[in-house]
Amino acid sequence: MDLMPFWLSLRLAFTTTLVLLLLGTPLAWWIARTRSAARPLVEALVTLPLVLPPTVLGFYLLLLLGPRGPLAPLLQFLDLRLVFSFTGLVIGSVIFSAPFVVNPLKDAFEAIPRGQLETAATLGAGPFDRFRSVVLPLAASGFVTAAVLGFAHTLGEFGVVLMIGGNIPGETQVLSIAIYDRVEQLDYRAAQLYSLVLVAFSFAVLVALHWSRRSRGPVRT
Amino acid sequence: MSGLAVRVSLERADFALAATFELGARGVTTLSGPSGSGKTTLLRCIAGLERPREGAIAWGGETWCDTVRGVEVPTHLRAIGYVTQEAHLFPHLSVQGNLDYGAKRAGSRAGAADAGRLASDLGITSLLGRRAEHLSGGERQRVAIGRALLARPRLLLLDEPVSALDEAGTAEVLDTLERVLASLPIPCLYVSHDLREAARLADRMIWLESGRIAADGPALQVMSDPRLPFAQAEDAGSVIDGRVESVDLRLGLARVACDGGGLWIAAGPTALPGRPVRVCIRARDVSLALCRPEKISVLNVLEGRVLDVAEARDVPSQALVRVEAGGCLLLSRVTRKSVAELGLVPGLPVWALVKSAAIVR
Repeated sequence: MDLMPFWLSLRLAFTTTLVLLLLGTPLAWWIARTRSAARPLVEALVTLPLVLPPTVLGFYLLLLLGPRGPLAPLLQFLDLRLVFSFTGLVIGSVIFSAPFVVNPLKDAFEAIPRGQLETAATLGAGPFDRFRSVVLPLAASGFVTAAVLGFAHTLGEFGVVLMIGGNIPGETQVLSIAIYDRVEQLDYRAAQLYSLVLVAFSFAVLVALHWSRRSRGPVRT
Repeated sequence: MSGLAVRVSLERADFALAATFELGARGVTTLSGPSGSGKTTLLRCIAGLERPREGAIAWGGETWCDTVRGVEVPTHLRAIGYVTQEAHLFPHLSVQGNLDYGAKRAGSRAGAADAGRLASDLGITSLLGRRAEHLSGGERQRVAIGRALLARPRLLLLDEPVSALDEAGTAEVLDTLERVLASLPIPCLYVSHDLREAARLADRMIWLESGRIAADGPALQVMSDPRLPFAQAEDAGSVIDGRVESVDLRLGLARVACDGGGLWIAAGPTALPGRPVRVCIRARDVSLALCRPEKISVLNVLEGRVLDVAEARDVPSQALVRVEAGGCLLLSRVTRKSVAELGLVPGLPVWALVKSAAIVR
């Protein structure tokens, strides 16, 4: 069996989750703490991929990043080809999986009482110190949930990947696309194997998530 | 100057705050007033958690906030201790971890913090390994006070630290506070709406009403001021600082020497010869006479002069008479009929008969 689609899916999910945690943490923090009037707008934008058909999202990304898109001159200047490439897949996945990472983080941040942070400030902790010593530990389960959901959701995506990445073996043919591809070729055995791997993996990840939520961390001093 | 200088004005939906005061290098100042008078907001401005629309806050020569010059020192650089109604212990840390949080960040700053002694003063030595969530309300608050003090603050801000506790918790925390605050080398600003609390702890009292300072002075004076709600409260009284002279265990009485002379009071467990005590005399336990009464059961008879007479707002038939007796201020609640019949006016020499008194500290 060709394991390439499997590794490609894992690589995509890892990269996407990492990028989303890096970008999503400040964004979720801003949403959770801001009193700005722009908050509903930003929240709606982040949640939009949840309700849109992935093909719509993929289609717009294709237009935006494609050779005749508005970004084409810039991309050409930078000698970047984003459509039908792994980088393009990561961009699409980051947008598509954003709500699955940003929302759990936002919920976790909102659950931290303002008084905890104010108390930390009166005890001499600056903004980054407060984030590291109070927010991170108190929102730890939110980070786990965000990472797992972002990862699992990226593993299972199809529409966006197909639109923006196409079906290039070794470059953009991730597991979900490979399944579709094998079915098209009436290779049901391979399709079944890939599907089984995906189901087993996703199930194992979710079991791990719920198990980690049930057990609590040890006392730290 | 080492101390705090505050001048703050700001508007909120339900009140406008405009207050100016200074705090000395040490001592407990209570900040009281009806709810919505801006006590907490004032404290939060000093802590840097809220910003005044206009004003300046300075610690010694260091400006913490100056709206004209656009200076706003962030909270974490102000070196304050801040304890609120909720202890806000960090749930992911043990009691020891909570105590260390501020201590670690205080670095080598000088201040009042001998961790071991403080822990035993606070009675939390046996709790150190426990998780914050497994503590009682009183224990939690004592840990919060310890955590604030171990951060070596230059100023301690307490915002109703016992008002969320039950009776046992309140007594426990107040006892602790009294012990700890007495030897505190820094000033403390204490928001409280409770008369007993203020009477026990305050050296100085500020009364805030609709965002303005309506009274500010030594606790013993402010407490007996009949214009203020302290004296108007049903169980209000005056407070006198003195020293236990002797204790007669056979009679169960202690002799307390104070500015106005001497008082016999019931000897509680805290009455030890030589110990400084604060005695509370309720206004309704003080009667007045125009000449020295003889052959009566009342033990304490103090000679003094009427300072002022004010109406008792809660009972129309009564009046509050303030008597100055050799440096002590006594508050007496008598009927208006007596005021008229005895002709009680400011300056009149009177004898104050104190039926009972209690040690509050």
